Amino acid sequence: MAKIELTRIPFIKNILKSRYPQLAVFIVMLIGYIFAILAGLIGTPVGSHNFSIVFVWIAWWALLILVAVPFFGRGWCAVCPIPLPGEWLQRGAVLSPPDKRPKWLNLRVPKMFRNIWLQNISFLLLALFSSVLLTTPNITGIVLAAMLFAAIGLSTVFERRAFCRYLCPVGGFIGLYSQTAPVELRIKDKQVCVTCEGKPCYNGSSTGYGCPWDIFPGGLTKNTYCGLCMECIRTCPHDNIAVNLRPFSADLAKPSTRMDEAFKAFIMLGSAIIYAGVLLGPWGAFKDAAYNVGSGAWFIYAVVFLAIIFVVLPGLFTLGILNTKNALPLKQRFASLSTALIPLGLMFWVAFSLSFVLTNASYIIAALSDPLGLGWNLFGTANMAWQPMLTSILAPAQTLVLVGGLIWSARTAQKAAGEVKVSPIPVIVYCLLATCLMLWLLL
Amino acid sequence: MRPTPNTDRPTSHNLMRFHFSLLLLVTAGLVVAFAPLPAQPITPQERTFEIDAHQFAYSPSEIKVNPGDTVTIQLVSTDVVHGIYVDDYDISVEADPGQSATLTFVADKPGSFRFRCNITCGAMHPFMIGKLTVGSNNWLYRSIGLAALAVLGMTVSRKQKA
Ligand code: SF4
Ligand code: SF4
Ligand code: SF4
Ligand SMILES: [Cu+2]
Repeated sequence: MAKIELTRIPFIKNILKSRYPQLAVFIVMLIGYIFAILAGLIGTPVGSHNFSIVFVWIAWWALLILVAVPFFGRGWCAVCPIPLPGEWLQRGAVLSPPDKRPKWLNLRVPKMFRNIWLQNISFLLLALFSSVLLTTPNITGIVLAAMLFAAIGLSTVFERRAFCRYLCPVGGFIGLYSQTAPVELRIKDKQVCVTCEGKPCYNGSSTGYGCPWDIFPGGLTKNTYCGLCMECIRTCPHDNIAVNLRPFSADLAKPSTRMDEAFKAFIMLGSAIIYAGVLLGPWGAFKDAAYNVGSGAWFIYAVVFLAIIFVVLPGLFTLGILNTKNALPLKQRFASLSTALIPLGLMFWVAFSLSFVLTNASYIIAALSDPLGLGWNLFGTANMAWQPMLTSILAPAQTLVLVGGLIWSARTAQKAAGEVKVSPIPVIVYCLLATCLMLWLLL
Repeated sequence: MRPTPNTDRPTSHNLMRFHFSLLLLVTAGLVVAFAPLPAQPITPQERTFEIDAHQFAYSPSEIKVNPGDTVTIQLVSTDVVHGIYVDDYDISVEADPGQSATLTFVADKPGSFRFRCNITCGAMHPFMIGKLTVGSNNWLYRSIGLAALAVLGMTVSRKQKA
């Protein structure tokens, strides 16, 4: 299907090419981020009245998972404040592109870490503590600050954005799911790149920095690791970079064969199912176990959580695809076929988040007036009563999202199965069963 | 649904058949989603539940009634102030620690509804949730039917084109 080049429109192109609009957004985001850290640390301990909880876990999360990721892929990474201070420090500049040597150590990340396993682990760590993280302003403040400082630290030791590429717990799943988005950044003409001298998009030039995400834009085939930072639009001397509108999930037509990415899909699918059961279900014992970090019950919860993600879900999946007579190694089939779980997992998260966000969105309006929970009333909305929104369309919306996700993943399974020459049916049945489980948990 | 890349360009005959099966599927989907079910006539009753609210759960946390029943919930808070808000019915009541409060309503909407605490009562308050089922949870069964139908349709239409 045809692509539409958005950067043909001069207005869009100029906005992306100029550093100032992005910088303006960056500054707003950074102020918001630092305010969230402070609010978490000094504001009220009551989560639902603290800016850090309400704006990070309700407002930001809703925008991220319901809008940014499905429609703009890594669009959030284009404006994310977390790597900024480190990046500015590393460059020794906020705006002016470098003619100087890179500062600091500027090491290359060791090969064994150049995958997303660390991101899988950092996500799981947060996931196991999520009940506390989601509800305790202090902890949210500390985690936000820790991410900021980790990013600064890695920027001084390693080259480019090591934190984003290899450690950020959020970046891992944004990258995975960004493959489904209808937006991409790609080169226009391969031939131009072949003959391009010096490859300034990777190495940097007087007009901009070399790709901070350590990829060669000329070779881009997937959204996964392009942070949409727009540097290559600024550096390419041949105007060979385009931002395109394209069909949804175009990247999934060629399945990945990487195990770290395959397990990311299982981690995200499993966490969505577990959260739907533990957080939104009627079972108090699960909530207790998830919340009382360090208790015996919590250890059991953690073990079960990890077992579901690393044993039960991938195990059943493997059993399903085991029988298929095929020349390709099982590992490769496993990785390729797990591509089908990417749209499924994204839609599970959308369905889960719809419920969480619509019931708690009214806190956003109250927290605007009293972000620290100190009794302020800036806009006169501080005492707005809690009121769930749109509860009557929640169930139909969730059905639509989950069944739509199932159709989408079945279609993806058919394509992936075509690539590795096996029947898609076991994977489709797997997706169907997972969807039924999710429907049962949410409806 | 667009033709997949590894099948030949669909002929107009094939395309017609494809559109026909798509139409059939959508129709079947609409039937599964919206066809009225025969109502089982059950005489409405008065029902009372004592629900115990404590950080961060209700017990019992799941209650089932029949459509038309007059439901009374006696909410007893055993630690701090808790409340109960029933989604969709948009009704609520709050109970002070050690006290009980009563909420009475006619369960005239069938289906499954979350009820949740409406008084901030501690960290996990946003997840203090229970479930009220009025009649049977038909929407769940319809949704599962839709999911199965969708998958079946895709597999069959794929076979047909292959
Ligand atoms: S990877 Fe993480 S830190 Fe980096 S831009 Fe994306 S969300 Fe921000
Ligand atoms: S600078 Fe432009 S033309 Fe040169 S390699 Fe990069 S994208 Fe291709
Ligand atoms: S420089 Fe280009 S390819 Fe690299 S992350 Fe930024 S936008 Fe993506
Ligand atoms: Cu409560």
